[in-house]
Amino acid sequence: MEILDILISASFWTAAIRIASPLIFATMGELICERAGVLNLGIEGIMVVGAFAGWMTVYSGYGLWTGVGVAMLSGMLFGLMHGILTVPFGLSQHVVGLGITLLATSLTYFSYRLALPEVTSPPKIEAFQPLPIPILSEIPVIGPALFTQTPLTYLAFVLVLVLSLVLYRTPVGLALRAAGENPSAVDAQGLSVSGIRIGAVMVGSGLMAVGGAFLTMSAFNSFFFEMVNGRGWICIALVVFGAWKPSKALLGAILFAAFDALQIRIQQTPLGANVPYQVFLMMPYLLSILALVVMSRRAEVPAALMVAFNKGER
Amino acid sequence: MRLEPIANPTVTRTLSLPLLALTVTVFVASFLAMLAGANPFSVLGLIIDGAVGSKFAALETLNRATPLIFTGLAVAVAFRARLWNIGAEAQLYAGAVLTVLLGTGALAWPSGLLLPTIAICAMFAGALVLLLPAYLKTRFGVDEVVTTLLFNFVVLLLVSMLLEGVLKDPMGMGWPKSARLIPEARLPRIVEGLRLHWGFGLAIVSAAVVWMIQTRTTLGYEMRAVGLNQKAAQFAGIPVNTVLIKTALLSGGLAALAGFSEVAGLKGNLTLDLSPGFGYTGIIVAMLAFLNPIGVVVSALFVAGIFVGADSMSRAAGVPTYIADIMLATALLLMVLAIMLTRFRIVRE
Repeated sequence: MEILDILISASFWTAAIRIASPLIFATMGELICERAGVLNLGIEGIMVVGAFAGWMTVYSGYGLWTGVGVAMLSGMLFGLMHGILTVPFGLSQHVVGLGITLLATSLTYFSYRLALPEVTSPPKIEAFQPLPIPILSEIPVIGPALFTQTPLTYLAFVLVLVLSLVLYRTPVGLALRAAGENPSAVDAQGLSVSGIRIGAVMVGSGLMAVGGAFLTMSAFNSFFFEMVNGRGWICIALVVFGAWKPSKALLGAILFAAFDALQIRIQQTPLGANVPYQVFLMMPYLLSILALVVMSRRAEVPAALMVAFNKGER
Repeated sequence: MRLEPIANPTVTRTLSLPLLALTVTVFVASFLAMLAGANPFSVLGLIIDGAVGSKFAALETLNRATPLIFTGLAVAVAFRARLWNIGAEAQLYAGAVLTVLLGTGALAWPSGLLLPTIAICAMFAGALVLLLPAYLKTRFGVDEVVTTLLFNFVVLLLVSMLLEGVLKDPMGMGWPKSARLIPEARLPRIVEGLRLHWGFGLAIVSAAVVWMIQTRTTLGYEMRAVGLNQKAAQFAGIPVNTVLIKTALLSGGLAALAGFSEVAGLKGNLTLDLSPGFGYTGIIVAMLAFLNPIGVVVSALFVAGIFVGADSMSRAAGVPTYIADIMLATALLLMVLAIMLTRFRIVRE
């Protein structure tokens, strides 16, 4: 009964959409990379970089959107590094991805300590505020949930729409998908597989970084260590869950976030008080694993995912 | 550009490129230390001095290398068969939990019987943790990279739950830590008076055993065949899924020994900060060793040296300690690039 009450409350869905937002950015970023044939395990570290870069920019006195831009650029920089190592050089995408995550995370923590050596509790910034959309925000339940969010959340939804259009309706999208399915065909068309893949990894990594920036600029308003906390790995699971399609991945992210919001609320009910809190914290990870198992049968993996393309080699 | 294999790489090429990778790593570290206000030319000296400059430092490096040898072996064994086990961290904690369960008085046996029992049970626990992702991979085709990564978080939360529940030390003043092991369950020191325990000896023996398995047994041959080309292995009649499951059991067991050795050898009890990411660092150790079990010992010593040395350098020079992780990540990325370039040359179109 209590759970039902939670499920129909507006604040619950508002929270779910807010929790989903960073996941949407990062999941779309990973989806772009994988659709082009590159598994990007740098996602976890790139989200850390984005979180720090966005926050630090605003903390230094620049505007919020400048912060988002700087976060995106810093993500793209690591994406470029990942792309060069895995695409033309064809190095193991697993090893490079984990290496990028370690490098990005440790460089971020190093920079944080250099920038704020004396600080014990991280300073807060003036973050993005909810921007209710007139009329639409007054619809019961759906209004507050979908139309009383911060601008970054709206941007996340617009991104999914744009990405779907670009992927399926434009030559760029076709070339990108082909690079992940049949790179030889792309090459035969006179297009550069390396160029497309590196570009995809850069754009994807930029989006992951914006996902990270959402955490510091639209959710917690501050930067602290371990704040990404496995969200990147969950996004990789969400891409599989969404069968490499933006709309399904979006649905997966919202569903996942709803479960996450639900477990937080159940923790506070009398029922939840009797269960160790760690059980609730485990749920998101177990749920991701379960989703992978359920979807694994139907998933259409890009045929050339994790296959390096070396021109002239058959 | 494209890559073209080199038929017979020269000795100069094979040696100079990895050396260049390490030089660039030191350069990067020196530059970052300079940004932090330290003298960049003293960095390398301080790291070496901190890692092996004194008897205390050298023993610290050996102690730090011990869990890394185990996790490095775990990763090397799995990666060789292309089983991407990123969950050594979880398997390590599983081994540690078993060590505490059996070693705090549940079994009042003499050391000679108790220690091997605990070690074997710990290995089973670690193997079990990897068995599930391996099963999901072979049965449902679920990518093990993601599942092993996610299990790291699950197992750590489970350990946290145990440490606040059944494993909690009643005398622990409310801290989430386990009771201390009974003396019979502690790994003795190799030389009395020197802070180095038999976990290190066990690590060396494990490396030798893994080497034997890989080069002298059918399983080793099958694991290599599966890693090189799964379809060809299947065609040759090798039961690929069985080999992957066996690999997972071995890999998980090895990672669990890291937990056993840290609890029974070094710490004496279990806390949530038992491992500062030994499982993840094992991947770096294994890659730097080209997945060779004997090489793992060498690279674990090298990586431990960087950790201990950079720690001491950062204290002496006032540089944030994260510089050790930066050095390792840089060394890893540059080293895999350098190794590839010793065997391929870049050809311009």
